[in-house]
Amino acid sequence: MTEKNWPLWEVFIRARNGLHHAHVGSVHAVDAEMAIENARDVYTRRGEGVSIWVVPSAQIVANDPGDKESLFDPALDKIYRHPTFYEIPDGVGNI
Amino acid sequence: MYSQALDQRDESPRGVDDAARLARFDERVAAEDKIEPNDWMPAAYRKTLIRQISQHAHSEIIGMQPEGNWLTRAPSLRRKAVLLAKVQDEAGHGLYLYAAAETLGITREELVDQLLTGKAKYSSIFNYPTLTWADMGAIGWLVDGAAIMNQVPICRCSYGPYARAMVRICKEESFHQRQGFEIMLTLSRGTDEQKAMAQDALDRWWWPSLMMFGPHDASSVHGEQSMTWKIKRFSNDELRQKFVDATVPQADFLGLRVPDDELRYDAGSGHYVFGEPDWDEFAAVLRGEGPCNEQRMAHRRRAHDDGAWVREAAEAHAAKHKAAVA
Ligand SMILES: [Fe+2]
Ligand SMILES: [Fe+2]
Repeated sequence: MTEKNWPLWEVFIRARNGLHHAHVGSVHAVDAEMAIENARDVYTRRGEGVSIWVVPSAQIVANDPGDKESLFDPALDKIYRHPTFYEIPDGVGNI
Repeated sequence: MYSQALDQRDESPRGVDDAARLARFDERVAAEDKIEPNDWMPAAYRKTLIRQISQHAHSEIIGMQPEGNWLTRAPSLRRKAVLLAKVQDEAGHGLYLYAAAETLGITREELVDQLLTGKAKYSSIFNYPTLTWADMGAIGWLVDGAAIMNQVPICRCSYGPYARAMVRICKEESFHQRQGFEIMLTLSRGTDEQKAMAQDALDRWWWPSLMMFGPHDASSVHGEQSMTWKIKRFSNDELRQKFVDATVPQADFLGLRVPDDELRYDAGSGHYVFGEPDWDEFAAVLRGEGPCNEQRMAHRRRAHDDGAWVREAAEAHAAKHKAAVA
């Protein structure tokens, strides 16, 4: 094996105008231009997108999975943040 | 999928002993929770997944060859465009799967190297030759059909990146199977010669397709553990039975005969009873002694070597551009 590892890029695609870009997968490419071209070939063969973002994977910062509880558990018991927490009498109609 | 750079922390001690982490992992898998690249996982789970996903990826890549063989000889422009799209999909499948495998901490270069050196295996089916145009029909109908049977349950695999890659793949496979069936249908409704060609293709691809599901459950090495880990949902024999049950009526519709003297419908069980594949042949193909093993590997290596200058040029271009910007 003589070749060095090519950088990895995360691919985000906007399926239709009006929707946000969503992560669809990743590609290897030597530069951003090639990453877009590869992403087009690999992830949009059936009109899956109208816009592509590629981001060097190494640039993505993620939370430590070990911090999952301290980050997300505090939201779990705040059910009053959801509309279903509140009981509205039938007679009120749509609210 | 996810960068493997995000994937390197899980082996570090976190003050919890392995038994506790293992118990937590087993619990999550049993509860149908998805395991993601950053999560702790047992080394054997990781190893099993790397083996299975990479074998799967290699199969997609090598699997382009039998059909690639007919691209320039497709009988019409429509058939050619369809076959080209199908073969291109298979390349895409290989890439989705390599990316999924890489989330487990192996590099693309290592994966490619394992294929080229013959260290890694790929599906036995692609070591059979494609002798006539009807083989394009039989492959789409039977080989992609068998692949769908195998792959649909993997969409619910416990490992997130593999499951997501599988969802994409399964959406595309359905076109593959239909275009194959359409070829078989056209041939079987054609001249006597065309019908004979379709029958001949079915005769040659039927048994190798049944072998795609792997050995009997009793002699399957990895089966049980993969079931507990929810990497596999159905056993080899269960999947093979599902395939036979689904495919035999389709052969009847085509007016073609499945080449199995023992084949009969058992009204009691609602299943077809069928004969034994030639397991010695299966073992031989896996050992590298199938009709096309050498040809497939030689072609893959040649294609890789022939592409070396393109990869070098791309690297040089990127380096030059980077220097100019800096
Ligand atoms: Fe495929
Ligand atoms: Fe396919």
